[in-house]
Amino acid sequence: MARRLPDVDVVIVGLGWTGGIMAKELAEAGLKVVALERGQMRTPEEDFTVPRIRDELRFANRTDLMMNTQQDTLTIRNNPDQEALPMRRLGSFLPGEGVGGAGSHWNGVTWRWGDMELQIRSRYEEKYGKAFIPEDMTIQDWGVTYAELEPFYDKFEKVAGVSGKAGNLRGRKIAGGNVFEDPRANEYPLPPLEDPLSGVMFASAAKEMGYHPHPRPSANASQPYVNPDGARIGACQYCGFCERFGCESNAKGSPNITVIPAAMRSPNFTLRTNAWVTKVNKDSDGRKATGVTYVNLLNGEELEQPAGMVILAAYGLNNAALLMWSGIGEVYDPRTGQGLVGKNYCYQTGTGATLFFEDKFFNPFIASGAWGQNIDDFNTNWEFDRRPHNYIGGSTIAAGGSNGRPIGYRPVPAGTPRWGTEWKRATRQWYQGAMGIGASGSVMPHRANFLDLDPTYRNVFGQPLMRMTFDYKPNEVRLTEHIAGVINRIADTMGAKHVSRAGPRRSWTSVPYQSTHNTGGTIMGSNPRESVVNKYLQHWQLSNMFILGAGVFPHNAAYNPTGPVGALAYWAADAIRTKYLRAPGPLVQA
Amino acid sequence: MSKDPGLQRRVFLKGAAAGGAAASTIGAAAPAAAQSATPPPSAAPPPQAAAAPGYMVLRPEEAAFVEALVDTMIPADELSPKGTDIGINVFIDRALASGWGKGDRLYLQGPWKEGTPQQGYQLSLTPAQLWRAGIEATNAHCEKAHGKAFDQLDAAQRNAVLTDLDRGRVTFDNGLSARAFWSMAYQNVMEGMFSDPIYGGNQGKAGWKLVGFPGVIENNRGRVVSSRDKRFEADPVSIADMS
Ligand SMILES: Cc1cc2nc3c(=O)[nH]c(=O)nc-3n(C[C@H](O)[C@H](O)[C@H](O)COP(=O)(O)OP(=O)(O)OC[C@H]3O[C@@H](n4cnc5c(N)ncnc54)[C@H](O)[C@@H]3O)c2cc1C
Repeated sequence: MARRLPDVDVVIVGLGWTGGIMAKELAEAGLKVVALERGQMRTPEEDFTVPRIRDELRFANRTDLMMNTQQDTLTIRNNPDQEALPMRRLGSFLPGEGVGGAGSHWNGVTWRWGDMELQIRSRYEEKYGKAFIPEDMTIQDWGVTYAELEPFYDKFEKVAGVSGKAGNLRGRKIAGGNVFEDPRANEYPLPPLEDPLSGVMFASAAKEMGYHPHPRPSANASQPYVNPDGARIGACQYCGFCERFGCESNAKGSPNITVIPAAMRSPNFTLRTNAWVTKVNKDSDGRKATGVTYVNLLNGEELEQPAGMVILAAYGLNNAALLMWSGIGEVYDPRTGQGLVGKNYCYQTGTGATLFFEDKFFNPFIASGAWGQNIDDFNTNWEFDRRPHNYIGGSTIAAGGSNGRPIGYRPVPAGTPRWGTEWKRATRQWYQGAMGIGASGSVMPHRANFLDLDPTYRNVFGQPLMRMTFDYKPNEVRLTEHIAGVINRIADTMGAKHVSRAGPRRSWTSVPYQSTHNTGGTIMGSNPRESVVNKYLQHWQLSNMFILGAGVFPHNAAYNPTGPVGALAYWAADAIRTKYLRAPGPLVQA
Repeated sequence: MSKDPGLQRRVFLKGAAAGGAAASTIGAAAPAAAQSATPPPSAAPPPQAAAAPGYMVLRPEEAAFVEALVDTMIPADELSPKGTDIGINVFIDRALASGWGKGDRLYLQGPWKEGTPQQGYQLSLTPAQLWRAGIEATNAHCEKAHGKAFDQLDAAQRNAVLTDLDRGRVTFDNGLSARAFWSMAYQNVMEGMFSDPIYGGNQGKAGWKLVGFPGVIENNRGRVVSSRDKRFEADPVSIADMS
């Protein structure tokens, strides 16, 4: 039997970006908050110091800051007819572990998702007609609007110290920013970063073709900055060790230097590390969560933490697994379409070209995590007519590589020998002479893409692994076919000696790394028949439980997820502070 | 130098010719490697006395295999010293002795099924076990085809064996996946060439000098604009240099 601890007001599962935001906001509101984090303590002063942190092998290849698949992982397959097998080591995506979560080692591309995403079904039906949406594509409106979220995007950008250039200030379009974005109340807190040569070249080629290049918004600070909570953020050093690494100059807006230390200053907040939550407990009539059960990894003891409110902030995939392990809600079944937990799992797609120049020097090791130039002409540009290309969604197209670390980055044209003197010669030449143009594409939910529990494989606690069934469907293949063509046409104007051309992406594979942009599984929406949580991320049935993270996204856009992940966490925290605490209970009537 | 005869290099390379391996690199349509427009790095540094090997994991036959492998893939030429002089063999030995080699962060529970390529690594073996089994199987393959172990072959034969492995044309008799072994071996050689010298490879920072990677340098803030489209060069700095 688990030993029962004294009651607290709030228990938070996981202390990354979303857990950190909630911890700070609720502790400041006067609640007694306990966060349980399965990993260990992590601070910039101890963990991100130079030279130790500049170790490509340890952090990029051996994934030292990330989830340890020996303890818990997922099983994976491309379709329901296959047998799922365990993801035995990390590959395609890299969930975080330890204080700060994946926020410690993210890249920092920070977008706002607008009404085109938040009201996706209504918008497409209105413009293209109901029949344009395939039967088995389960897109839905999110139940929240951009106007509601705008102040919370603004807040997250200010907390993380985002560098960028507005393209739409309160309706006024500004050339040089993203003119397709939804209106912003304020400029970015910091001006854009410097551009790499690849960004300059890409922007000029794109502009020449009539597109609208703009700097990628980045939580890598272009200048020293003090955020509204008093956190001191340093200026980006363009060190080339960003994605998968902690930042030694505190220039990457991460929870470790912002919300978590702020929460830790509050006497109301307690952090327990090495605390692995295995289950959410609920009362007998299934109306309230009563707390969580966890294992203290320091001695193996099982403990029960009773709490007035439960916040799931363990990363979208883990939040879904916790619901399944706890028997909360019905698990989605693709044959019947019944069940909501695990439904609408999406990933991202993408494609890219590599351009090889004989007379250019890209110095790929001089790089920030998130920088460069992007075009949104095929993404947030609602005027872009999807009909001739026959797909729903969009794609960003950008240039600006994030690193030249040589174990992972050694572009050579196809046909280059794989070893020996000629390999060395080509590796040396093209290391300086290559650049990429890359696209990140949306993925729409599909009946046959989902999460559930595996019948065979188990984690170290004896719980079934979560099973991921996912592949790209015709909608996504058509999207990458179209975008590959666009990229190749841009590349062809740029005067490269060789171009490794972009092509469509047809099937999802669990290796190599693509992105940690997993969405869905605990989706939000406007009614309990089609969503797990309401617009405030409050669980429809257990009204004292809130579920954060990208698991609530009913579909995945082309954009990286953390902008709305952060904004929705602030939005939910605000709803708890201003609405829920006054009248605990459902914030939206079912 | 080790006195163990098994560790002596049984093969002396004469600057192996590049194998004709087709690269499965990014994209499909680009023509073959162009000529270098870049001057080679100033004369390859004199082979540093690589840290005395003193293998922790590799048995004599395995050491001979690994040494032959890294010297075939990274021959001495004007671009770099050869693999054993850079310590890539030492890197591999140390990696196999480390937590990684012993299966740290690897989910090893069964049952084990072959799976699809999309499902990634599905063997029950730790990296150290896979190297051991892979060397045995590759040597058996070489014995069958050429009557000799891999390290006894001449450079052209070794290159041909590696090319066959790289193109998926080898099937091991003992059932081990040649692809699984080769993709790990290839990756480990690259890691030994380009990782921080603290791991035993990349001695003299030969890998970093090859491409012009400056290592652990502290900041580039002032260089983004001033070095735009100009080759930025610096003596590479390693973790040990800054410690
Ligand atoms: C390499 C990389 C690059 C990225 N780059 C970008 C980018 O450029 N732009 C962008 O928008 N996004 C990016 N992301 C994604 C971004 O990091 C995530 O969206 C964000 O961190 C998610 O926040 P979260 O709070 O939901 O989860 P996390 O920050 O991952 O935090 C979850 C925490 O919960 C803990 N936890 C999990 N299970 C349990 C349990 N059972 N008990 C206790 N604790 C538990 C974990 O250990 C972890 O610390 C990147 C991610 C990675 C890995």
